[in-house]
Amino acid sequence: MEYILIIISAVFVNNILLSQFLGVCPFLGVSNKVSTAAGMAGAVTFVMAVATLATYMIQNYVLVPLGIEFMQTIAFILVIAGLVQMVEIILKKVSPSLYQALGIYLPLITTNCAVLGVAIIVVSKEFTFGGDPHLLNLAQSVVFAIANALGFGLAMILFAGLREQLELANVPKPFKGMPIALVTAGILALSFMGFAGLV
Amino acid sequence: MSKFNLVTKGIFKENPIFVLLLGMCPTLGTTTSAINGMGMGLATMFVLIMSNMVISAIAGFVPAKVRIPSFIVVIAAFVTVLQFLMQAFTPGLYETLGLFIPLIVVNCIVLGRAEAFASKNGVVDSALDGIGIGLGFTAALTVLGMVRELLGSASIFGIKLIDGDGILVFVLAPGAFIALGYLLVLFNKLKSKIS
Amino acid sequence: MAKESTLKNMVVTLTLITLIASSVLGGVYAITKEPIDAAKTAKTNNAISKVVPEFDNDPSADKFIKELDEKSYVVYPAKRGDEIVGYAVESYTSGGFGGRILLMVGFNADGTINNTAVLSHAETPGLGDKMVEGKSDFSVQFKGKNPADFKLLVKKDGGDVDAITASTITSRAFCDAVTTAWEVYNLCAGETQTEKKEGTNE
Repeated sequence: MEYILIIISAVFVNNILLSQFLGVCPFLGVSNKVSTAAGMAGAVTFVMAVATLATYMIQNYVLVPLGIEFMQTIAFILVIAGLVQMVEIILKKVSPSLYQALGIYLPLITTNCAVLGVAIIVVSKEFTFGGDPHLLNLAQSVVFAIANALGFGLAMILFAGLREQLELANVPKPFKGMPIALVTAGILALSFMGFAGLV
Repeated sequence: MSKFNLVTKGIFKENPIFVLLLGMCPTLGTTTSAINGMGMGLATMFVLIMSNMVISAIAGFVPAKVRIPSFIVVIAAFVTVLQFLMQAFTPGLYETLGLFIPLIVVNCIVLGRAEAFASKNGVVDSALDGIGIGLGFTAALTVLGMVRELLGSASIFGIKLIDGDGILVFVLAPGAFIALGYLLVLFNKLKSKIS
Repeated sequence: MAKESTLKNMVVTLTLITLIASSVLGGVYAITKEPIDAAKTAKTNNAISKVVPEFDNDPSADKFIKELDEKSYVVYPAKRGDEIVGYAVESYTSGGFGGRILLMVGFNADGTINNTAVLSHAETPGLGDKMVEGKSDFSVQFKGKNPADFKLLVKKDGGDVDAITASTITSRAFCDAVTTAWEVYNLCAGETQTEKKEGTNE
């Protein structure tokens, strides 16, 4: 039950892009086509799940026991950067076709603040799913990361679909490009607000 | 380029938000009021100036393949210093900006300036570049914060202008996107008038 | 400008930079630790002096823990001389719209609520955050009320509290936290009353 709450909350109610503004750069940057948006979403899902798993363990088995929680930011970003490199190398060897599909997005993910954002949220924010405030445990953390990535993917793909349609629309000149995309994103965010209070 | 130009170009011609469209997450996430936007801008500026200076000093020693990771470590170190300072001296603002302070590490503007400018220029020029881009970022965030605060809560810098509620949606997430979209339109209009 | 990359100089450079960065951080951490702690204490103290009547002791030094329903709450007694003039109870609820709301609720010696202060929250700006004093009159209505005859429920639920418009969830959560504080207060007041043999709590 708790897992279902985590997923609904992360995908719809507190959508990482549309209500928390994490990962807006790729959201605006690589959302011209549905296919590229889907590729990016796939890569982010993969990295976010693995990165959260790694940073959760670093936080709880290295930083906290040693009393050096203040190294959190440095440690997390290094782990994420290293992980992205590793994923790239492994993917190239193991599954060239998947690498073809996701490869070009991987370097961009290091500076995707959604990944670092989720990693920090998981170890610091208390959740109230099913009762008292508590930090997430390892399994919940990974579920939370994947759910957020799914929310990211959902918003990306919806937005890319809208932008493909916008290409054909007759938009006033000063609105062309980014401004109309932002206004569209605003309306999309507005519609996601309808989920508020669901969990 | 003259020293003066180094500072001013970031404010208008190469404004990180309105022209380069970088660093969107804090721009949208923290501008619920003018004060918050300004605080976020100044915090980012601090990291930008310090990391630009250190990176321009060490760029010559760093092997090409570990350039990005090295730069990230430097930036992350300054972000953590900033976290300590803010917790000690502006705890209220630190709490309001929350997650977006550690996320300065992954702000494309900071790493972008390190790559594109600081690693190729001297320490003084890099500091000036940091000041310029930082000011441009701060200005953009403050303006966006002002617009959202004015429309959303009918006040500016916390001073109530009209009694009663504003158009709430501008304080909430959708308003951030929409307000920035319209500001971009204004900025584009202004730019085409000037040139 | 950039040097040739060999495995050796790559590892050496990265290690060196990380080492320098972490030692600098360790230093800054040591220097700022004290001001950070001071800022946190100041925040608690500010909240305490806002919610209880004037006192001349150091409530943070006299604080004690009370258990209620297997959860522990921190209570700060405010004294003038030896006489207890009020209690500040740190209470919380997880029923807020944005999750946890942390409140400092101050009671006078006679059991009336002196004032409340929000310590931390994640409510929506412009909606739920109106519970913060100064942003709306919501929190003012609790002042001087005795929960014994002032029903700590929003009017929709049959209580006496005017909810914040469009923020019933936040208002309910706020009432919930104040109710908890009241129950904790009763535990403390019960003790002092047995000491004094006769209670003033009506």
